[in-house]
This record gives sequence, structure tokens and C-alpha cells, in this order.
Amino acid sequence: MAGVAARSTVLAHRRRLPSPAWPLALIVAAAMLLPLIYLVVRALDADAAAWSALGDASSLRLLARTALLALAVAGASLVLALPMAWLTVRTDLPLRRLWSVLAIVPLVVPSYVGAVAFVAAFGPRGTLQEILSPLGVDAVPQIYGFPGAFLALTLFSYPYLLLVLRAGLRGIDPALEDASRSLGMGSWRTFLRVTIPQLRVPITAGSLLVALYVVSDFGAVSLLRTDTLTRAIFVQYQNSFDRAAAAVLGLELVGLVALILLLEWLYRRRGRFHGSGPGTPRPPRLLRLGRWRWPALTFLTVIVLIALGVPAGVLLHWLVRGLQAGEPFAGTWGAALNSAWVSAAAGLVAVVAAIPVAIVAVRRPSPLAALMERVGYTGFALPGIVVALSLVFFGLRVVPAVYQSWVLLVFAYLVLFFPLALGGVRTSLVQIRPEIEEAARSLGGSPGRVLATITIPLLIPGLVSGFALVFLTAMKELPATILLAPIGFDTLATEIWSASSEAFFARAAAPALILILVAALPLALLVIREHRVER
Amino acid sequence: MITSIFRRSPYLLLAIALLTFAFVAACGDDDGDGSAAPQPSVAEQPAAEPAPPEPVSAPEPAATEEEMPAAEEMSAEEEMPAEEEMPTEQTVSEADMDGPLMLTVYSGRKESLVGPLLDQFEADTGIDVRVRYGGTAELAVAILEEGGRSPADVFFAQDAGALGALQDHGRFTALEDAILDRVDAVFRSATGHWVGASGRARVIVYSTQLSEEELPASIFDLTEPEWSGRVGWAPTNGSFQAFVTAMRQIYGDEATAEWLRAMIDNGVQEYPKNTPIVQAVGDGEIDAGLVNHYYLWRFISEDPDFPAANHYTDAGSPGALVNVAGVGILDTATNTEAARIFVDYLLSEPAQQYFSSETNEYPLIAGVAHNPGIPGLDTLDPPSLALTSLADLEGTLDLLREVGALP
Repeated sequence: MAGVAARSTVLAHRRRLPSPAWPLALIVAAAMLLPLIYLVVRALDADAAAWSALGDASSLRLLARTALLALAVAGASLVLALPMAWLTVRTDLPLRRLWSVLAIVPLVVPSYVGAVAFVAAFGPRGTLQEILSPLGVDAVPQIYGFPGAFLALTLFSYPYLLLVLRAGLRGIDPALEDASRSLGMGSWRTFLRVTIPQLRVPITAGSLLVALYVVSDFGAVSLLRTDTLTRAIFVQYQNSFDRAAAAVLGLELVGLVALILLLEWLYRRRGRFHGSGPGTPRPPRLLRLGRWRWPALTFLTVIVLIALGVPAGVLLHWLVRGLQAGEPFAGTWGAALNSAWVSAAAGLVAVVAAIPVAIVAVRRPSPLAALMERVGYTGFALPGIVVALSLVFFGLRVVPAVYQSWVLLVFAYLVLFFPLALGGVRTSLVQIRPEIEEAARSLGGSPGRVLATITIPLLIPGLVSGFALVFLTAMKELPATILLAPIGFDTLATEIWSASSEAFFARAAAPALILILVAALPLALLVIREHRVER
Repeated sequence: MITSIFRRSPYLLLAIALLTFAFVAACGDDDGDGSAAPQPSVAEQPAAEPAPPEPVSAPEPAATEEEMPAAEEMSAEEEMPAEEEMPTEQTVSEADMDGPLMLTVYSGRKESLVGPLLDQFEADTGIDVRVRYGGTAELAVAILEEGGRSPADVFFAQDAGALGALQDHGRFTALEDAILDRVDAVFRSATGHWVGASGRARVIVYSTQLSEEELPASIFDLTEPEWSGRVGWAPTNGSFQAFVTAMRQIYGDEATAEWLRAMIDNGVQEYPKNTPIVQAVGDGEIDAGLVNHYYLWRFISEDPDFPAANHYTDAGSPGALVNVAGVGILDTATNTEAARIFVDYLLSEPAQQYFSSETNEYPLIAGVAHNPGIPGLDTLDPPSLALTSLADLEGTLDLLREVGALP
């Protein structure tokens, strides 16, 4: 009986991929809806004034500014990340492994540290102004306000795009590019006309992550004085302790996110992005940069110096100054270990959860699949405090046994960072030709066997980049960690915050520098592994 | 049946396998790093542990209420040797009899500031203290969200606004008069639901590049053209808002709105909280800032040449308002006795001395001297407004929104 059922399943699915991903994808999508459900529950308590305030001119300006900041940062990040990805993946750039790591590490600098460092470096009386003052420069361009927030957020969030683009570039079958070049197109035109169109999926997925990260950020916009919806939500919690009014603003933010997702959906056309020829793609030939390597190196140096060098420099300065004044060195490896394992667990859980959703979205495209995929962006786009409170709400009511245990903390990270994993997995899945899986199925492979022996091995670049993104982002997460971690569970992020918010700068600098190191080590291993695979 | 589910859903099998792996890996880590995991309760601890890894796992002689005053005086050093000689089995049975005293504190005050004090409390009383550190507002909202199931016994808050919010939601139990009476009525809840533990004064922090004559005589001078673009404030900060509420009470809404508008027109610089204001004054980015007095000492202890100082102005008026950090016992507290001991401890001499000498705040009980580096509350002459009379936070927030100081 069971054998017949199994055989009929194989027959029914010979032309299509298995559907068992569906129920799992539904479960994951339902989990992603929790913050939204929480907001609706809380917003029901809101009075009419809270709702009607949404139509005020000042409120609309807030909405417009938030949207503009998100779009501007996403655009600027693309301008930075695309050449960086191409230089570190496809060219003979000197020390490109080192550059690959250095260019991604700024991701782990928490924005509340990065923004303080930016003010110290580029503020009205910052280091830059001091350096320039002998040249007669009295004032540097204003760091406060929209342009400053734009600059800082671009430099903190371009690595999201870079990681996704690197995975995308590595998955492209170079046969098309070779064909283009053999037909007389130069390298530059081939890049524009052949490579970039194939990167459409990673470009939109990565830009989306950047835009939504900007929408959710609080640290940079508050220090650099740009009012966004997220800051308005914080003010509601912080000053009025008004959960209902905050929830109304939260729903407004969800509306904005839905609009961004709709734009992305309209832009991203369905199509085949995998190679066309038979056989396995061979590794791409590295482009010789020749004398172009000097401008390339200058570009990378400048970006890395600003995005990583400035925060690291300010942190070192704090540390040295504090130690000289007699402050104790306060780096605790326990917190580093906590940060590392809980973030790794979050990364693992997130990529596993992303697989069924990606399979449904890519292999069985439908409006429902598209909706399920996009629901996953809610937690990422909402301010961390909202997601944390939603899990306080549900955690204590539904699963009190795991409340404030690491299980709920890892789950919170999953809800917060799921799209980071999904972006990577999806990008890789799109590049796998379904014919390979279908061939394996037609040769009698069970869905599980095909998944284990064909799909997952081919997905590895995406799984790895998805894991890395979640891992690095979870390392710096604060609001959920503060409210949901087991009591006494210090992470590097909580240590940095606890010290820096009371002006214990030396005590904040040590864990912040350790955070950068702890993040750089696995990244280095990952990049070295990637390059070995390419050989 | 089950195997067929897995055959049809290989992803489920994979997910379960990986989750199991993650679980096992995580548990292994938990065990390896004992300090990160919640401490096992006293009763579970094996009596004949060859070498207790942490002093915490060996129970203190359980201090009863009557012993409290004596325990307070005792320093940790005096107690440690005694503890080692204590036969472990006996203390376990003692602890069983009294029930192990545990306490869960939600602390909006950071570990960097009050961690040593809470450690000392633990050492002095033998109560097993578990502290969740976070932002005051975030923790207050979380307590509201946790509702009746909140694990917190005590909320130790950075400002009176958050304490007032929890009181308004009926989340505190009334404290006993013996505790309340130690603190001036100005610095505690009118209904006795929370009590101030330490005080901080509003000051103008200024750059030492300025000469004495240049300093403003009053916050009202900061609207003069000479101060254009040179002053910082933090409109989202609870202490700043309490100061605005005080100003409304004393001078009325119109005069307050006028001053706020004049400040904004004069190019006042906005910061998210006090620390960046002090930093900006030290950097020379601005020349003066409206802050609480005690942040400056942190900067000076890390950088002895930090070029900023505090200016105490406006005796008797809102510019000299004194705010408090304080504490309340939650209505849902399960460890009420330990919570009571904790509040009592915060208002005891050693704790008040700690605030005075370590965090440079004002002690709030009689008989503990304030830090000699700061002027006394008598010379400061704060306005005689009870902090709970500053309850109209909504009105202040509306006003701040109306003039454009808040989004």
C-alpha cells in the first residue's frame, strides 16, 4: 500500500518538484507573522486620536523621510557593493581574500557604536576637522541630519548587499560571459549587458535587505538626528510607555514595508537565471586588472578605512585612553562565547527554515508562495524592540516554559533575521537548473535523496552566505537579547551597550573590538574555503 | 505512518535532525560555561561537591530579617572566610527550612554602575539575586507586557517617569512606612508605591574653554543670541521632561512653550540622551548642555583632562530640579520578603554611601554625606515640587510635540 502510494507520488511529481516543502514553509511563515499579530492586538487598544494622527502633515513627512532614507541608502549601497563584489570575486585583485573579509566586517559594528565613532571622526569638532584645520578649513559638512544618517547607514549596511552579491556572482555560469566576449563584446560591456542582468535576483534581494535594515535602525538615526518611523516608535515606548500608540505607528511601518515589497515584486520579473549550456559550469577565469588595480585598491581602501577603520580606531583610542587613566581591561571571553554560539545557532536554524520557503517560492511560484516569502520580512523591518515585545507577549502566554531561555532567544533571532537567510538560499536556488533535479528524480531518486545529494550541495554557497549574514547580524542584536536572553546571559552586544550608555568607554571598547575579531575569524575561514573551492 | 511522513517530507526530517544537533551543541556549551547559565538552586546542589566552582553555589548563611542591620555592616571580606568553614550540609538544611531566598530584579540602571552594589547585596544577605539589565523604558514596557506572569520581583529604574508609569498601571505594591519615611516626601511616590534611591541634579555642563563671566546665570539666558547654536539638550530624556513639567507647573504652559520655541529658534542641538551631550561639550562641538550632574565624572575618570565642568544655576527654580533613580516592588512579585530586604538595603547606609562615592549621586537618607565634589542639596535649593506632582507627562509630551522638539 505504502509502496504504491510512494510510486504514485513519484509519478505525479515527475514534472514538478515535491510539495512537502509546503507545510514547512507555512509553519515558518506563520512564525514570521507573530510580530504583526501582536501589533494588531495592541493597536486595538489605541484611541481614535492615535489613528487620526497618522494623517497629520508631520506624520506624513516622517513616513516620506523614512522611505526616502531607505531608498537612498539602498541605492548608494549598490553603488559600493557591486564593484566590491566583482573585484573580490572575479578579478586578480591583490590580497582579495583579505579584502573580502575586511569589506564585510563592518556589518558587525553595532550602529550605536558606529554612529558615535562617526560623530567623533566627522562631527563638527571631530578628528577630520582637526586634521583639516591647519589647511584653513573651519567647518566640515554637517554630519547631523539626513545626509549624515544616509552616509553612516550606507557604510553600515552595504555589506548585506555585498554578501548576497558575492554568492550570486559565484553562482553565475561563466559560459554566457565567455560567449559574449567571444562575440566581440569587451569586458566592460559584458559586465553591463550579461553579468548584471544575471544578478538581478541578488541585486533586488540585497537592496531590499539594506532598505529594510534602514527602516528598522534606531541607533544611527537617533544619534545623527534624523527622525524616522522607528525613532517615533521608540519615543512612544520610551516617553509615554504607550504600547497602543506605538503599535499604530508599527502598523504604519508595516504598511510602508508592504509597499517596498510590492515595488520589489513588480520589478523582479520571473525568469531563468541559470546557465543554458550542458555540463557543470567551470570556474570563471579571473579578469586581469593590470594597472586598473591601483584605482581598485584605492576604492577598497577608502571604503574599508571609513566603514571599519574609523570605528576600530575610535574604539582603540577609547581603550588606550581608559587604560592610561587606570580603567581596568574588561574583555570577557564568556560573553564572546555566548555571542558566538547563540548567533551560530540562530544562523543554523534560520537557513534550515529558509530552505522550504525558498523551494516553494522559486520552484512553485504562486501568489500565495510570494506572500509567504514576503511575510518573512516583517520581523527584519520592524524595530527590534517591537519584535522583542511581541515575543514577550506570546512567549509568556504560549510557551512559558521557554520564556527567557536561549530557545526563545534563538527563535527571536529567527524572526528578526529570517530574510537574511532566505535571501542567500533563494539566490543560490534560482541558479540551480531544475532539470538537474528532475533528471535525478526521473532516474528514481526519492525527493529526500534528490534534496540531500543534489539540491543541498548545490545550495551550499547560498546556505553559507545566509548563515554568515544571520550570524553576523545576531552578534550585534540588542533589544531582543536584553529582554529575552536568560538572566545573566551576557553577550558582547549587551556588554558594549551597558558600558557605553553610562560612558564607560574603555569598558565598552574591549568587547566591541572582540566582537569585530570574533566576526572576522569565521569570515576569514569562509572566504578561504570559498577560494579553495574555486580552484 | 511516521516513516511515510518523513518519506514525503524529507525536509521535516532534516529540520528535526539539525535542530536536535543545535540543541545538543547548545546544551554542551551551556554546561561548559557555568557562569552563563542560571545558577542551580541551593537544594539541587550536591552536598559533597569537591570544589565548588563559584562562591555563589555555596549558600550563604540565610540571613533572616532580624539579622539584616548586622549583615549590612558586614563587609564581604569578613564574611568570606566564615563561609568556607561553614559545614555545607547544615546550611543546605537551613536554607530548606526558611525556603531559599531568591530575588529577580529588572534593572534599568546599568551593570557598569550598580553591578558592584548588587554583588555586595548578594554577599551581605545571602539572597540569590538574578538581575535583568536593560533600558529603563524597555523594561517598564516589558513588565507591562508580561502582565501577571512577570518573573520580576523588583523594578530598579533610572527615572521617576517609568516608576510613575508602572504605578499608574497598578503594578506596584505599597511599600511600608518604615522604609518610605527614610526619604524626603519630595523624592517618593505620594501613594507610597515607589521610593527614590539616589538623586541627580539638573545642571548646565559647559566647556572649560569658557570663562566664568561667560556662563549663563540661568537657563533662560540660553535663548540669547550669543548662545545661538551652542547649546545641547535631549528632549526624549526622562529627566529633561521632568524638568519641563516642573517649568510648566511653576511658570505655566505658555511661558514654557515660549522658552522651548525660543531655544529651538536659537538653534539648540538635539541629542538622544545625556552622555552624547557631555561628549559633545568635551569635543567643543557645543559649549553648554542641559544634563544631569553625574555623567561628567565618568568622562573625567577616563580622561582626567576632559575639558568640561558642571554649572549649577537657577536655585529654587526648575533649572535646579533634582530627579531620582528609584525602586518599587511589583504586584506580581513572588519573592516579596527578599524584595522588601532589597529595597531596605538600597536605603541603608552602605548602599547610599555607594551612590555618593561611586556614582557621584546624591544620597537620599539622612546621615550620609554627599560627595564633596558636588554642592549640597541645601545650596542647590531645588524647587519644592514633589516628583509625583510632575505626573502630567502627557501634557509635557504634547507640548514638546507641539513646539517640534519631539517627533
